[in-house]
Amino acid sequence: MKLSILAILLGTAFVSSPALAADNPGTGILKAQCISCHAIAKPENASLDRLWERKGPDLYYAGSKFNKPWLVKWLQEPARIRPAGELYTRHVKGSDKEDVVDESTLTAHVKLSKADAEAVADVLMALSGPADLVSKGAFKGDKVSMSMGAMFFNKLRGCAACHQAKPGTGGSSGPELYTAGERLQADYIYSYIKNPQAIDPHIWMPTLNLAEPDLQRLTGYILQLSASEGK
Amino acid sequence: MKMNFRQRMPALLQAGLLVASGFLFSMPASADEPYTQNALRNYNTYCVQCHGINRNGKGINSRDMSVQPRDHSDAKGMGDIPNEEIFHVIKDGGLAVNKSVLMPAWGNVMNDDEIKELVAYLRFVCKCGSGQ
Repeated sequence: MKLSILAILLGTAFVSSPALAADNPGTGILKAQCISCHAIAKPENASLDRLWERKGPDLYYAGSKFNKPWLVKWLQEPARIRPAGELYTRHVKGSDKEDVVDESTLTAHVKLSKADAEAVADVLMALSGPADLVSKGAFKGDKVSMSMGAMFFNKLRGCAACHQAKPGTGGSSGPELYTAGERLQADYIYSYIKNPQAIDPHIWMPTLNLAEPDLQRLTGYILQLSASEGK
Repeated sequence: MKMNFRQRMPALLQAGLLVASGFLFSMPASADEPYTQNALRNYNTYCVQCHGINRNGKGINSRDMSVQPRDHSDAKGMGDIPNEEIFHVIKDGGLAVNKSVLMPAWGNVMNDDEIKELVAYLRFVCKCGSGQ
């Protein structure tokens, strides 16, 4: 009996195989080069320990998160999105002033050829994840005043503490957001701001209980940032 | 004749204890370290980004922040704040105690017990008493 309980205790993160297209060459590349760092099936054990163990963001809902043209482009020229990597605590060190990123602990992302990037993007976009992960149609698409958006992003809601709205300015523990609109689907941005923990359990972004106008405003601002800063 | 503890325990209780042993990290390690490993892990996950790897308020995010994060190693500054207020600011954020919005509310991420453990950990870091 003890042994069986122990087996249950130790039996963490058995993952089921997602529905990957066997006939797509991207499936083979994904299995050979991506899954050592990224989960392509929903982990059964979404604990804080697991968050510390993972080497890169989960991809089992990539199809509900990314814009395909960005994926194809980025996989050929991968540039770091999270200034301090993941998990940031493992990649920072103290200095005379503020903590700094310990570059020696960060590794470059695998780089793919155009054909391979397109094949992998095809496979990733088919991974939509749980149906209730992202609120489809939640972002209403209204234009946002950039000065108003910046005031909420920087001052009133404090997003800039962890995120960069332009290169080199802002925090480093969260992903940069000046390319987020190009990178991410609008409804994903909305849903993640609304409840980061629901999409990414135990993630170090707080859930701020933002009201609907705030969610719309910040989503719109981040999308428009991409148009103005990311190009 | 006295039975030993193990013999007196029903099998189910034994199994329960075995499961509970998996959560031993949630108990204080020793008198020298009067905080839980869970609190340390939570601090390293959520707090270090602003309050720093050295707990001195100089986190990786602090460079461009308009209000600097509190130095948790400052015995004087931390010693002036009661436990209840520390609990409140972690759970409900800076605005709840008329402080900066840059300190977010963590009440949706950590439960009350975890926040209480974190308060105990902060008392260890600042070496500034119990806050009672």
